[in-house]
Amino acid sequence: MMLQVEHLKITFPHATGHFEAVKDFSLTVEEGQVIGIVGESGSGKSMTAHAIMGLLERKHIQVSGSIRFQGVELLELTRSQLRAYQGKELSIIFQEPMTSLNPTMKIGVQVEEALRIHTKMNAKERKARALEAMALAGLPNGEALYHQYPHQLSGGMRQRVMIAAALVLRPRLLIADEPTTALDVTIQAQILDTLKEIKRKEGIAILFISHDLGVIRALCHHVVVMQQGEIVEAGPIEQVFHHPQQEYTQRLIASRPTRTKLKAGGSHG
Amino acid sequence: MKQRNWYGRLGAALTVLMVGFAGVGMFWTPYEPTAMVGADKYAAPSLAHPFGCDQLGRDILSRTMEGAGSTLMIALSVLAIGFVAGLLIGALCGYYGGVVDALVMRLSDALAAFPSILLALVVLALIGPGKYNVIGALGVLFIPSFARLARGEFLQYRDRDFVRSARLMGVSNPRILFVHILPNTWPTLLSGLTIGFNNAVLSEASMSYLSIGVTAPDVSLGRMLNEAQSVWATAPWCMLCPALVVVLTILGVSMVGEGLRERMAA
Amino acid sequence: MMKTLVKRGMLLIATLLLVTILAFVAFSIIPGDPTSSILGVEATGEQVAALRAKLGLDLPIWQRYLQWLGGLLTGNLGESYNYAMPVGQLLATCVTHTLTLAGLAFALIVVISLPLGIVAARYEGGVVDRVLTILNQITMSVPNFVAGILLVYLFGLVLHLFQPGAIVTPQAGWGPYLWYMLFPALAVALPRSAMTVKMLRGSILREMGQDYIRTAYSKGNSKTSALWRHVLRNAMIPVVTFLAMTVADIMAGSIVVEQVFGIPGLGKMLVTSIGNRDYPVVQAIVVLIATVVVVCNFAADLLYRVMDPRLRGR
Repeated sequence: MMLQVEHLKITFPHATGHFEAVKDFSLTVEEGQVIGIVGESGSGKSMTAHAIMGLLERKHIQVSGSIRFQGVELLELTRSQLRAYQGKELSIIFQEPMTSLNPTMKIGVQVEEALRIHTKMNAKERKARALEAMALAGLPNGEALYHQYPHQLSGGMRQRVMIAAALVLRPRLLIADEPTTALDVTIQAQILDTLKEIKRKEGIAILFISHDLGVIRALCHHVVVMQQGEIVEAGPIEQVFHHPQQEYTQRLIASRPTRTKLKAGGSHG
Repeated sequence: MKQRNWYGRLGAALTVLMVGFAGVGMFWTPYEPTAMVGADKYAAPSLAHPFGCDQLGRDILSRTMEGAGSTLMIALSVLAIGFVAGLLIGALCGYYGGVVDALVMRLSDALAAFPSILLALVVLALIGPGKYNVIGALGVLFIPSFARLARGEFLQYRDRDFVRSARLMGVSNPRILFVHILPNTWPTLLSGLTIGFNNAVLSEASMSYLSIGVTAPDVSLGRMLNEAQSVWATAPWCMLCPALVVVLTILGVSMVGEGLRERMAA
Repeated sequence: MMKTLVKRGMLLIATLLLVTILAFVAFSIIPGDPTSSILGVEATGEQVAALRAKLGLDLPIWQRYLQWLGGLLTGNLGESYNYAMPVGQLLATCVTHTLTLAGLAFALIVVISLPLGIVAARYEGGVVDRVLTILNQITMSVPNFVAGILLVYLFGLVLHLFQPGAIVTPQAGWGPYLWYMLFPALAVALPRSAMTVKMLRGSILREMGQDYIRTAYSKGNSKTSALWRHVLRNAMIPVVTFLAMTVADIMAGSIVVEQVFGIPGLGKMLVTSIGNRDYPVVQAIVVLIATVVVVCNFAADLLYRVMDPRLRGR
């Protein structure tokens, strides 16, 4: 068992007392498994992802339960102990590729940053590894991009830069927090293909978060359906997709706005 | 947020206190500000003279009250001239745009290259010192900054839907400018006014301190500080009261401005 | 970048020309003839006419402007009415004093406000931050000549760290000269430093909330390394513009603070020359100060473009 989340509960202070964003969440991810978390906005799925990644502000947000990664209880680690995992064993890509990159730093520097933090590689070694990661993320012209700035790239390319930066240290688990939501449908399909490719080549486990069950179906083995901070349904993707047990899941399937267009994208794999 | 309310309120209280101090000083002071009492020359602070007396035996508190009154009057007059003219120019430039707007803005750019106190000094050099010349010079010099502020605001609202629909309904331009747009710009303009007020107080005090502003027999805070400096080895208390009044006034008004900006951001 | 440089450079020249026109015209339309302050009121008509011809006042205004401008460009700032010596020579030591004072004040602002702004933002809401916020608000409210008076009183008259009114020149060596300029520079720098701290703190906190900082954390950056490696380069961009705008205020502050400390710089010369109606001197000082301000803003504009890759090539 690589990642085991049990009875995760996330509370943060609110104007009227406390708000439970995640009430009771449990999940197991094995090596190389691709698991989807689906739910509407506000269902707590992103919050869960950020909690696993250790990105929640500890001062204000209360996280209880258990998050065990490779046998280590992440919630009990100090900040600096946790940093040894961030970007090395665990990586994340976000929903907003336009703002998730530092506007004043060159692409190359941002892709290599995890190497600079976690390894003792020299500049040349770092660059070589960065170019490898960029090629893997679908950026074959890494050499040219290396000295460019984020504003010179399209949204899809920026998301690929984010993926390259996340993969640069070959993490065991990649958390993808709605990585295609902000992109055009065609770009969306291409990014999904790239992620599939990465899964096949690297054998990396992926936790894929989306509000769109169709996108999850194109990529994942298993799916967890979340509603208002709780899991309402879970199981193999085809089973959930074709025989949803909950009305909420049925609604999610029915309300997919991009169904037909995505089929074209999904048919690639 | 709550903390900030406290901030703005303290500022308002301080402002009211200082304006009250100056306001009272326009009509009443404990002693005659110009009365020289030989026995009280260089008198240290005491119960009778809480801030002491100067080299001529004049009561510092009374003089500061009168000086604060005249500084307040000058600052408010400067704001009245600069703000009204600036608002008009800025509103027209922002709303209509075009060549005149571009010209006015270039001119104000060039003027911005001169530190305002330098311009004020030069203008006063040309027209001579004195209370009313100070008001006139500073008033005119304050126009560009208010014009710039107002222009930005009116430009921002020029193409808003509510302005367009008013235009379609045949509302006259002056009415659109001052009835439809102006009320939306008040928060920004008010906060600009607090900054302008402080700049006016500061400029007047600096100029009078340089003996180029208010001249005798008028009293002003800047002049008092200038006079106090010549006797500070023997009577350091002479500078205490006017300095305190300048600092507290600016502090109070800037805290009010801060509160206004916080409220806008909220 | 080259194209921008040329365009900005042209704008700089145009602004400077406008500055000289404003300065020149202002002193040409004033009532009151400089000849009367030189010759006195009892001068005869011929005397006045002769002097006007000598000073070039009988020529049409545009001709006089061009002559004056040509002089400026070749380093000839004209002749002082009052001291009967070239303005350039008269102003040489004043310029040294004022530019040293202003330069030192600028350095102090940077040295004081950058660390404080960073500390306040890094420990936002903590004791240090709260104390700094209050101190800042108060410091901002002290006009620099009042700060100067307090500094002279405290460090000069009470602690005797320097002698008020004594004049030190660069010939005394850089150590004593900078020490002499330190307290006046501090008076100029204090209120502006407070504003810069506030500005920088706000800018850092704004950047700290951006998405790319979350990315930085996800790669294993600590709060401190995220601040140094990611936030500062972005947070400094608006601060550079702000610092450039403070140059005008530093020059203005220097003029006033020179009076407090009795430094014979441009400010003192300006006030004296205004009193004497010595217009060539006043014009030269005005143009000089405006040039410093405009050139500094130009430099800041370029720096701003270098710092923000999004603006490069625009």
